[in-house]
Amino acid sequence: MRTPNTAKSAIMFSLFFILVFSLQGSNLMASIDLYEFSSEANELRYKELTKELRCPKCQNQDIADSNAPIAADMRREVHRLLEAGESDRSIVGFMVDRFGEFVSYKPKVKPDTYLLWYGPWVLLFLGVVMIFFMASRRSSSGQGSGQGKNTSEAESAKQAGKSDLEQHKQVEELLSRFKEDD
Amino acid sequence: MNKRLVYLTPLAIALGLGLILFTAIGKDPTKLETARLNDPIPAFNLASLADESLRFSQKDLVGEVSLLNVWATWCPSCRVEHDYLIKLADEGVKIIGLNYKDERMAALTWLKELGNPYQFTIYDPHGKLGFDLGVYGAPETYVVDQNSVVRYRHVGVVNEQVWKNTLEPLVKKYQASR
Repeated sequence: MRTPNTAKSAIMFSLFFILVFSLQGSNLMASIDLYEFSSEANELRYKELTKELRCPKCQNQDIADSNAPIAADMRREVHRLLEAGESDRSIVGFMVDRFGEFVSYKPKVKPDTYLLWYGPWVLLFLGVVMIFFMASRRSSSGQGSGQGKNTSEAESAKQAGKSDLEQHKQVEELLSRFKEDD
Repeated sequence: MNKRLVYLTPLAIALGLGLILFTAIGKDPTKLETARLNDPIPAFNLASLADESLRFSQKDLVGEVSLLNVWATWCPSCRVEHDYLIKLADEGVKIIGLNYKDERMAALTWLKELGNPYQFTIYDPHGKLGFDLGVYGAPETYVVDQNSVVRYRHVGVVNEQVWKNTLEPLVKKYQASR
């Protein structure tokens, strides 16, 4: 039988463990690596580059974020190349030469990656075309029913023009929202 | 007619996407492309594992089709494939070791206790050649042709299945294309 006292001590014990492990975790984070930079600009570029490069071992982590040994090696090389005066482009190229295009979160624009770069724009374009298509259909059907109801042709044309304008406004609003999202 | 088109468009898009995604089924996302494929082994100058004073370079890989096996004592999968590598070496396959980010003493003890399938072993304690090759996890095994050009990389354990289905045909192919 478990007395209230042992239950209490069990809780204390687990709390103690949680505390110890959380402390250890923060220590680990703090001890990642210490690099000195010759300039603040280099340090900034280092931060950017290590976020732009992807860890080959622990996928979906950038090398700044990863504890894998290979990520540490890559950070070391980024630092070395930066201090040697290499450009961002040549540093990313250096990594791609070794680990493949996979390693870059901003892959080069080439036939293999056209789908990736242009696919969303094509889909957006198709969407816009669809909206225009449906809008023009709706306004032309409105015209048809207007004729059936014996309203004058000029009036229905005016109506159609109005709804066309509204649709246009809507589309433009949507487009500007897309641009903001970008 | 037009209405049908409107309804068919999402279906067409869904089918297209499905086709693209379908081609990815069964692919292991942890297996990366080999950036060094069809490139010569990068230049290096590293000591021998067995003899500190002996240096190896990329030129030591020229001459014969060989397997370059990246291993370390800290790598459990390397232990798994070791016996099979010994079997291959006994059958006359030329295997060169690349001891990756390891301790010399531990590596030498390992070879003494488990047997040595390697013609020679390059000692790469800081993973320098490993980095230039794009090694991201041991074990990795490269098929290297007579001109020291990388023809294939296998990531993971080499066993009979991998050898028979993948590595042996390649080794034979490049041996024949002398």
